[in-house]
Amino acid sequence: MDKDLFEFTLRMGDNALILAQRNAAWCGHAPALEEDIAMANVGLDLLGQAKLWLTLAGEIEGRGRDADALAYFRDARAFRNCLLVEQPGDYAAALMRQFLFDAWHLPMLSELTTSSEPRVAEIAGKAVKEAEYHLDRSHDLIVRLGDGHAESHARMQAALDDLWRFVGELTTPDVVDEALRARAAAPDLASVKAEFDRVTDATLREATLAAPRDATMRKGGKTGYHSEEFGYALAEMQFLQRAYPGAAW
Amino acid sequence: MSAEWPLWEVFIRGQHGLAHRHVGSLHAPDAEVAIRNARDVYTRRNEGVSIWVVRSTDIVASAPGEKGPLFDPSNSKVYRHPTFYDIPDEVGRM
Repeated sequence: MDKDLFEFTLRMGDNALILAQRNAAWCGHAPALEEDIAMANVGLDLLGQAKLWLTLAGEIEGRGRDADALAYFRDARAFRNCLLVEQPGDYAAALMRQFLFDAWHLPMLSELTTSSEPRVAEIAGKAVKEAEYHLDRSHDLIVRLGDGHAESHARMQAALDDLWRFVGELTTPDVVDEALRARAAAPDLASVKAEFDRVTDATLREATLAAPRDATMRKGGKTGYHSEEFGYALAEMQFLQRAYPGAAW
Repeated sequence: MSAEWPLWEVFIRGQHGLAHRHVGSLHAPDAEVAIRNARDVYTRRNEGVSIWVVRSTDIVASAPGEKGPLFDPSNSKVYRHPTFYDIPDEVGRM
């Protein structure tokens, strides 16, 4: 089995899956009907991407696990999503979480469209168009609310203060990233970081928000060490399949 | 939040060659967000290739009370319909 590629596809798939789950939790609770549907749409885009990545991960693993088996029957330690996407919070935090993720996701997917692994390039090619719209939308909301009135500014700044410490993990390479970069299967995360920095700097400045640059960066999600909140999110997501294995529409 | 936003009417063109059709309305703070919201609310199932949004207050409508004088006169003029000649079969569907 291609262990590095398996790990990598799990990371991409789990990021999309867990953020989709977090966004879906807003369904029926967002502050306006139009926002509610938009949030669910983004979540569904991500869920579709998660299915593609996890299906590929299952094929690489070669033990007969499909996307559902990987999504519903792994425990927290086996998930490889970054800490950012699992963070809970209010609507300001949900929008900031989405923006920070999108600012990384788009350059990452753009680079992956030229991956030496054709199946990776194919999924990235499909997902990159969705990510482009996601960033367009989340950038717009961050600027409007950050540079809005006093309360919206304060809430966006609080969300940024809380979430910024989780972005380091996204652009800091580990052994898996390095191994895949060496065979041109995945990008140099330094170039993804350059684009992430450019987009977040420009957007936050326009939004009159300031990232807490001296925050200590947290990491662990990529290697399976998650925050306490993650267990609750996973319990909710997996309950039905755990209680009624194989249940289908 | 949405109570403070103005109402917009949404028109979507389903495919090239067809006219924009009114599909519904939504709330948005400005035109840019109205287009974005229309995309999310009304084109989720691949319905459109083009979106128009118009502030609801900018639409001037005929008064329902004047329905009689406006539309009744055309009711009895069947000769305005092109139904008094036969179309040859070779023409096919018109």
